[in-house]
Amino acid sequence: MSEIQYLEGKQPDPREHRMIFRNVDRVGWNPSIDRYLEDGGYEQLRKAMDMDPQVITDEVKKSGLRGRGGAGFPTGVKWGFIPPKNTKPVYLICNADESEPGTFKDRYILHQDPHQLIEGMVITCLAVGAHVAYIYIREEFPEAAKTLETAIAEAKGKNFVGKGVLGSDFDVEIHVHRGAAAYICGEETGLIESLEGKRPYPRIKPPYFPAALGLYMCPTIVNNVESLCHVKHIIGMGGDEYAKLGTPRNTGTRILCVSGDVKKPGYFEVEVGKVTMRELLYDMCGGPKDGREFKAVIPGGSSAKILRCDETFTLKGQGPDGTDKELSFWDIPMDFDSLAACGSMAGSGGVIVMDDSRKMSWVLNNINQFYAHESCGQCTPCREGSTWMRKITDRIVAGKASPRDIDILESVAHQIDGKTICAFGEACSWPVEAIIAKYRDELVADTKPENAEAALNPEAEAQRRYLQKA
Amino acid sequence: MSEAVLKELVASPETPGTKHFPPFKPTDELEAEATRRLAQFPDDHKRSAVLPILHHIQHHHGFISAEAIQWTADRLGIEPIKVAEVVTFYPGFRQSAPGKFHIRVCRTLSCAMGGSYELMDRLCEITGIDRSSLDPHHHPIAVSPCGTWSVEFAECLASCGTAPVCLVNDDFHEGVDADKSRQLLDQYAKA
Repeated sequence: MSEIQYLEGKQPDPREHRMIFRNVDRVGWNPSIDRYLEDGGYEQLRKAMDMDPQVITDEVKKSGLRGRGGAGFPTGVKWGFIPPKNTKPVYLICNADESEPGTFKDRYILHQDPHQLIEGMVITCLAVGAHVAYIYIREEFPEAAKTLETAIAEAKGKNFVGKGVLGSDFDVEIHVHRGAAAYICGEETGLIESLEGKRPYPRIKPPYFPAALGLYMCPTIVNNVESLCHVKHIIGMGGDEYAKLGTPRNTGTRILCVSGDVKKPGYFEVEVGKVTMRELLYDMCGGPKDGREFKAVIPGGSSAKILRCDETFTLKGQGPDGTDKELSFWDIPMDFDSLAACGSMAGSGGVIVMDDSRKMSWVLNNINQFYAHESCGQCTPCREGSTWMRKITDRIVAGKASPRDIDILESVAHQIDGKTICAFGEACSWPVEAIIAKYRDELVADTKPENAEAALNPEAEAQRRYLQKA
Repeated sequence: MSEAVLKELVASPETPGTKHFPPFKPTDELEAEATRRLAQFPDDHKRSAVLPILHHIQHHHGFISAEAIQWTADRLGIEPIKVAEVVTFYPGFRQSAPGKFHIRVCRTLSCAMGGSYELMDRLCEITGIDRSSLDPHHHPIAVSPCGTWSVEFAECLASCGTAPVCLVNDDFHEGVDADKSRQLLDQYAKA
């Protein structure tokens, strides 16, 4: 195979390990099945067809793959939760509702490499015994929905999908289902309700763990787009080989999406934990914009707790001989466990960077507006609280707040966190709790009359004008 | 749910954009789409087809009217309220006509840092849309007096690395700072 060439200006960084994004921005690439087959496509499916379903699941367990949608739960273990004596149909749902602010990885897979996803899905269907699969794709990806429909039709034409896959007695149908612009549909039980044609109010767990009581109360596996793509590569290289990528407990590659105040934002597929915050933001993203300094980073989508760039963390028992280890922000390896140990999370891989031109009150207000708009309204603490939090930060940005508002804001967040059916409660309260914990002085100072009226940067000023009109 | 209650719930007031969309009428194409979609779900779960059917209707008629809700409910054999509650929940469904070209500007963090509020201001300025009387939080749609344009803020469109971004009907545009507003609109004005 000749060396892969990438489009001018879109060449991967040398520190990247392109596997899932191997074909993204590739010269001479297109989403057709012919192009995919020329490149060895569907070989992994052929291999999986000869494997026992339990062996496929075991390989995925051995690989250590952790879900790429946000929670980082081991994928193989999730598959294993289907009740052993189940007699109902099993469903697979691909969660393509990518909507966590800061995340923009699935977009490129869906638009440019749909067959990689379909191959991963069919292999997963074999493993879990599903004969019907749905791709729940967000409404705001209309082009991708068409690309997927075309790709599924092509795959059916070549018998990779449909009746008797590749001459076997295994049938599988894949359907594309478009959402309707609601963030909560990314929550797996909300997604299932939506697929049933209802309002996407999340279900309470227990008892409604999808692997046991999912779509139509049948066992249902819900996996993120990127996770399903990894399945194909795990079958290709074997679980043990795959587990050598990345670091122990944080295996494989993952796509980091960097946006905000860096010179060169973009997506980078790296081995998990092999790149530090410094390498990512300075070497791969070109550092801060001219004349600016990095201030804060949200490392895993807007729900992840913010980290200050001047912070140092004490990791208990992680030093030599079980002593505590000091870790500066810049030395954090980008993996699930390290970011969790620093009090945040790797989440969906969306890294949002803010420089010293950004006021934290404005940043928090923008985030609060998102969650107030997206709360589904099922649980009172979240429905009311997310709006209260937004209103308080509206006041700060509009220059009409008092220092006491910061305490009220904090108390509202504490009354949501842990008191709702789904994780949206945490998603909307963690940014508030973290920004107050780390920037309380700045927020309080913003409420003083002399600061409240001070000019913001132009982007923020436009939003302030808008709030003041209200 | 009586027809009168449904009509009161989904009033669909006329907008300057109404003239660009044919009023709802069941067509063979719609019937074919409904049949195709229903085949994707188990027979006892027809309700699952509600979103795809509504998408088809909105694509052709601009929004979801009370008549469209009634037709969908009848076709799926469910109560109209079960369709109406979906229409009123999801921001992706409209209850009145947008402009011929509907622009959704992403306002979430990375796009806001990239200048999406300025982009919205400029688009409104050029198209003569007045958003000043609108509630700033529920992302209401505002239609230009000529009916050609409408704007709406959207939450994260998942392209944060190329901020600011927007959708015009089904077309995605990235790296659209305020200075490119005129150029963006010109592409469609000529169409």
